[in-house]
Amino acid sequence: MTVLVALPVLLPLLAAALSLIVMRSPRMQRLIGATVLTAIAVIAGALLAEADKHGPVVLQLGGYAAPFGITLVADRLAALLLLTSALVTLAVLIFSIGQRITDYGRQTASTAFHPMYLMLCTGVSLAYLTGDLFNLFVAFEIMLASSYVLITRRTTAERVRASMTYVIVSLTSSLLFITMIALVYAATGTVNLAALPEKIGELDPGVQTSLGLLMVVVFGIKAALVPLHFWLPDSYPTAPAPITAVFAGLLTKVGVYALIRTQTLVFIHDESWTVLLVVALLTMIVGVLGAIAQNDLNRMLSFLLVSHIGYMLFGLALFTVIGLAGVILYVVHHITVQAALFLTSGLITRHTGTVSLHAMSGVAKAYPLVAVLFALPALSLAGIPPFSGFVAKIALLQAGAAVGTPAAYAVTAAAVLTSLLTLFAVTKIWVGAFWGKVGEPHPDPDPTDEVTVGTGSTSKGMLVATGGLVAVSVLIAVFAGPLADMSERAAADLLDGGAYRTAVLGEAGGD
Amino acid sequence: MTVNITMAVVLAGLYTVGFYLLMQRSLMRVILGIVILGHGANLFLQVAGGPPGEPVFAGSALIEAMVDPLPQALALTAIVITFALTTFLLALAYRSWALLGHDEVQDDVEDRRIREAERRREGMDESDEPDTEPAEAVAGFEAPEASEEVPR
Repeated sequence: MTVLVALPVLLPLLAAALSLIVMRSPRMQRLIGATVLTAIAVIAGALLAEADKHGPVVLQLGGYAAPFGITLVADRLAALLLLTSALVTLAVLIFSIGQRITDYGRQTASTAFHPMYLMLCTGVSLAYLTGDLFNLFVAFEIMLASSYVLITRRTTAERVRASMTYVIVSLTSSLLFITMIALVYAATGTVNLAALPEKIGELDPGVQTSLGLLMVVVFGIKAALVPLHFWLPDSYPTAPAPITAVFAGLLTKVGVYALIRTQTLVFIHDESWTVLLVVALLTMIVGVLGAIAQNDLNRMLSFLLVSHIGYMLFGLALFTVIGLAGVILYVVHHITVQAALFLTSGLITRHTGTVSLHAMSGVAKAYPLVAVLFALPALSLAGIPPFSGFVAKIALLQAGAAVGTPAAYAVTAAAVLTSLLTLFAVTKIWVGAFWGKVGEPHPDPDPTDEVTVGTGSTSKGMLVATGGLVAVSVLIAVFAGPLADMSERAAADLLDGGAYRTAVLGEAGGD
Repeated sequence: MTVNITMAVVLAGLYTVGFYLLMQRSLMRVILGIVILGHGANLFLQVAGGPPGEPVFAGSALIEAMVDPLPQALALTAIVITFALTTFLLALAYRSWALLGHDEVQDDVEDRRIREAERRREGMDESDEPDTEPAEAVAGFEAPEASEEVPR
């Protein structure tokens, strides 16, 4: 059973190499990608069932016992997110294969895409499963390095500008990450996440706080917390739709995951953390106001993404079981919904030939299916019952009210306000894009550019992929009960930490 | 734990220079900033392992006299990663220079929009005000024409 933990990392890594070898055969590349991602989803499901029943599944790599070797750990949270991510990456892969076939026919190969996409999945899986701070850095680098390649493919002047920002900001945060690791190691002498809490607990409170804050900054840049979010709405919208979807769905959420992991496991907080509450409030409000000010569909969705990171931060900042359970539900919901929205935005822009909300109209009449595919995740994002967003938001609001301090109430109020403003923002998209007379598609400004190419044509594959993601988000709402129970158990694990430490370090480390 | 003052000063210098260069407008300087900051971070990992000592070969020295090998392994990994990413960054910067014809960091899109809106409002108030900064006119990337030998 334990060997299963290594597979979500190993399979895509090997498949990436294989995919590069068979790059002359697009059919093989597609087959490899789809098979491996399906396999990861199945394995993640098995890991989740196992972790839920018997506690975290642990693999000590190379047989070196923790805390000296590298440890892979699949606990409830990691397995749940791994499963969600696998489903989203699979859907996005099908979407981009569909798009590729529609645009260029079956026989053309896009050499770099498949291997890089699989590397991205490797990085994401490793980030979820690793039980070691330095290995987390390596996971981030694998993920980011492949995302650099994906975002800079077929560079136009606009895209090179945006991706430059992205690469430099990400690199800076990675260098801060190394600095943080050096400081943590100098202070404690270990980088194993399970061994750290005890050592950190012995440190001076001032040192503890500064290490904790440095971690918030490092992961905050990746997760795009206000005021560290400026790079995101600038760089994401320039990439092709499927790439943006997977970035928006996964990369920021991996940052959030790292934040949750380190703040609960390594630093033990007994009460809500006001600094983080303030950041959560700012992130929600600034993000959603930024979204309302936009006219570009993708930029608007990117700002909404920033805004909703605030919700996850809110639940984390409370440091209660219900709060964290809400965060876990929210992350699962948001990964699927945000990816679905960006895929739909890809469909819309292919029909209209523009991303400007002023310039498009009448999509609902011309393509009713696209309208449905947009409406469901959009309502879910705004938190309208009975969709998944509602379930996740209500959990967070309850958690906020349960804590009951003035700061918690303030952020709870901001969360409700943000929810309403999100509804306003998606209504703006709806009015701009879907209502009105059916407009003529705008001519492609640059026929060689992949982002706007192929106006007016969508294949079944793309619709099925988007529909699949929307269906997953609806299923999250249908199975909200069991999922909420699972999240609560995962959250209790996180706050307790004992099970994780015992599983990694053996009996001695637990207690 | 003893503190190595020389190393501390060198690290402080590297970080300062790195962050200073990161905030420059020329892309080349930004990349140099990343490189220097990377050196700082990697050196920091090394220093985190404590004072120098005997090499780690079983039986060659007393265990107490040996250095901690883990930070060295970490630093080695980090060096490889920063090295690879620096190469990538250089390639990207070259591409940027080939496409845009200059190596300036472009303005933020929101900043440009705000400035444009401001200019339009001013234009409405006193329409005879001449545009003071023609070089910065709208949409930052209508750069001077791209050089001829654009690699494809």
